[in-house]
Amino acid sequence: MAAADDLKFQEFDDAANLLAANPGATTISIDEPVQIPKNQRSRLQEPGREEDDELLGTDDSDKTELLAGQKKSAPFWTFDYYQTFFDVDTYQVLDRIKGSVFPVPGKNFVRLYIRSNPDLYGPFWICATLVFTIAVSGNLSNFFIHLGKPTYHYVPEFRKVSIAATTIYAYAWLVPLALWGFLMWRNSKVMNIVSYSFLEIVCVYGYSLFVYIPTAMLWIIPERVVRWVLMMFSLCLSGSVLVMTFWPAVRDDNRRIALATVGTIILLHALLSVGCLAYFFDAPEVDFPAPIIPAHNGTTVITKSVNKVTMPVSPSVQ
Amino acid sequence: MGAGLYFFLSKALKTVQFAGLADVSISEDIPVEGEITVPVGSHSPEDDFSTLDEPVKDTIMRDLKAVGKKFVHVMYPKKSSALLRDWDLWGPLVLCVSLALMLQGGAADSKDDGGPQFAEVFVIIWFGAVVITLNSKLLGGTISFFQSLCVLGYCVLPLTVAMLVCRLVLLAGAGTVSFIIRLIVVVAMFAWSTLASTAFLADSQPPNRKALVVYPIFLFYFVISWMILTFTPQ
Repeated sequence: MAAADDLKFQEFDDAANLLAANPGATTISIDEPVQIPKNQRSRLQEPGREEDDELLGTDDSDKTELLAGQKKSAPFWTFDYYQTFFDVDTYQVLDRIKGSVFPVPGKNFVRLYIRSNPDLYGPFWICATLVFTIAVSGNLSNFFIHLGKPTYHYVPEFRKVSIAATTIYAYAWLVPLALWGFLMWRNSKVMNIVSYSFLEIVCVYGYSLFVYIPTAMLWIIPERVVRWVLMMFSLCLSGSVLVMTFWPAVRDDNRRIALATVGTIILLHALLSVGCLAYFFDAPEVDFPAPIIPAHNGTTVITKSVNKVTMPVSPSVQ
Repeated sequence: MGAGLYFFLSKALKTVQFAGLADVSISEDIPVEGEITVPVGSHSPEDDFSTLDEPVKDTIMRDLKAVGKKFVHVMYPKKSSALLRDWDLWGPLVLCVSLALMLQGGAADSKDDGGPQFAEVFVIIWFGAVVITLNSKLLGGTISFFQSLCVLGYCVLPLTVAMLVCRLVLLAGAGTVSFIIRLIVVVAMFAWSTLASTAFLADSQPPNRKALVVYPIFLFYFVISWMILTFTPQ
């Protein structure tokens, strides 16, 4: 039979008094997580990591990591699994497009806009639009360049649509695959703090191609200088999105490998745009081989005007 | 003496007992007869849906009338659900084949630079419609797969009419005036197609993703219109 005293509610002193009474006792403190102010947090780390915090957006990355763990639980042979990749609203897609066209220096596209919700809608339809835009614009620009020439007969050039489709879809899906494989391999050797999933890389590449759509439409203008200026401008914009995304992922690695990786990314991007410009858009001011009229004294006179810049006849070389 | 009396009395009693039943006769075998069949009432409902007995003309005319009714619905797109409820793919097949056939004959000097071949038009229309349907279903649309294919296929009708008009105009000449006429006709029919299919399909999408679903439809009809506009006969 317990004593009546034991059954009475006993007041416990607060922790300080108890500890003073029995200094050897083990204590466990369960507190609210202390919010270290941001400047203090970055002071605790190396100074070089400050931009990483901004790039990572660590303010709510904890929440997004939790959310990422709760998504995508359906097995991959069900329709619901693929529906998780299309879980975007109109304003989200428009925001991501805006982020790729106006890259904010220092902000990581993936962390800022994708936030563990990569979608396949953007990459797929931006690539489709780009394919048809390049084919249609190329056709239109060739039409306007050769308009008025007597030997010219308009052709729709439908074959080029399939070539454009193959090129752009291969670029937008195979290059991310290779890059993801490469990053995974380097991750196993060097511990990186930033690593991307395959879908996030596909997302970045897909949205970075958006700026080429208005560029392709403006490439109809048949001036060589204008076209090259446009190309450099769009290459800078989309290249900067890619560089700012992937530089934190390779920065911890060997310096040369990091620079080589980023250099390869930019080089492939430039190859794509130069190749599209060269193949689908004829060089402006191409002079057809003019009939040569032999003059009286044997000198030849070329009937076409020579004050234009004469280009080589083969249309595939700028 | 007592047994004799008993015998006499029992005989007398038997006579009295059976006196009332003397004229009843029971025969040995009694035949039972009647009807087992259940009387049949009116026609059972299954007989009405069996179309095996009707003439072939009736079957074909019924399907043709359904296709024709849907054509009328596309040309005057109201928010009716007839197109969505009874979907069929005859109309889209006829339209696709006729459009692909009319886009033939636009040969060019070299094989590589000509217009689309028959198979390319076919593949673009059907593969494009399937991709758009998958896209709308993945974004959370409630329309069924074949209903969406049916709507997208039927809404190619204005563009087929535009192709017919373009071919007729090209018979008259291929100058700038004919190009302007063709441009106006194709643009008008493209707008009609897109608006008709959007009117049918937009309701089944979640409200904050409507633009994401309408844009691929716009791209699809734009590509078909481009193929029609750039058709140049040899």
